[in-house]
Amino acid sequence: MDLGPHAAYVWLAYLAVAGGLVVYVAWLVIDGRRQQRLADDLEARGVRRRSVRPEPPAG
Amino acid sequence: MPSLTQRLANPTRFMDLSGRLLPWIGGAAAVLLAVGLCMAFAAPPDYQQGHTAKIMFVHVPCAWLAMFGYVLVALSSFGLLVFRHPLADVSAKAAAPIGALFTGLCLVTGMLWGKPMWGAFWVWDPRLTSVLILFFLYLGLVALRSSIEDETLAAKLTAVLSLVGIVILPVIKFSVEWNSLHQPASVMRLGAPTIHSSLLWPLLTMAVAMTFLFVAMHLKAMRNEVLRRRVKSLRSSEVQANAGLIGQPAG
Repeated sequence: MDLGPHAAYVWLAYLAVAGGLVVYVAWLVIDGRRQQRLADDLEARGVRRRSVRPEPPAG
Repeated sequence: MPSLTQRLANPTRFMDLSGRLLPWIGGAAAVLLAVGLCMAFAAPPDYQQGHTAKIMFVHVPCAWLAMFGYVLVALSSFGLLVFRHPLADVSAKAAAPIGALFTGLCLVTGMLWGKPMWGAFWVWDPRLTSVLILFFLYLGLVALRSSIEDETLAAKLTAVLSLVGIVILPVIKFSVEWNSLHQPASVMRLGAPTIHSSLLWPLLTMAVAMTFLFVAMHLKAMRNEVLRRRVKSLRSSEVQANAGLIGQPAG
């Protein structure tokens, strides 16, 4: 594709936007997984938030 | 019957709803971006700038979203200070870095467009300078929040700063009328757009696509923040439970 004499500026602009967005979205996904894993680990250890009422004993 | 905002005030309900919406919004963004990019590269060259005008298809949506992001931060801050909505601060905190990202991308793509057209990457023009101030304002919001340990105080101070900073938006909007090198508005203006439809439609498609992407990123960042606060609360409960056990007399 011939984008004329300033093609490098056009490609750089698109690459900058793509790069910035991809890196940020990747960070959001990684951060979300990390936070979910931390929450799951704590809950698996039986830790409950103060706002959550303990379940009544079975039987 | 509770309003939508009241129903969303519950973080658990927000996580449930946003979890269901996010794949659809992200998917729509991906499809629209693909269509928008095809339209952008198939668009004819501008009669003056040639193919260099294609930078507009990423630069202009970034500029719009830079300002949209700040409106979102300010509205969320208003929601926190006035209505004390539980998710308002989560929204403001999540939107600020995304707004900074789009403002940064707007500046970078603008510089890459300015060099071949104006002969310089940067000029201290009213539009460029006011957008640079917006970028610093976003960074200031992020820095202020992270510099205060007390989250409630940090949220309130950041909210006040963001409401004060909203004055930058009309400055950016009208700065092109103050002896500016930057071209005046050609889409969002009174009367019909002055841009030819062969360039307008790719631009609008890219703008809608990037707006969907912004919304998806914001929802994801809000979900991460809700989870981060949940982890913090769980850790606090764990520490208190352990302290209670240690503090109990033996036997």
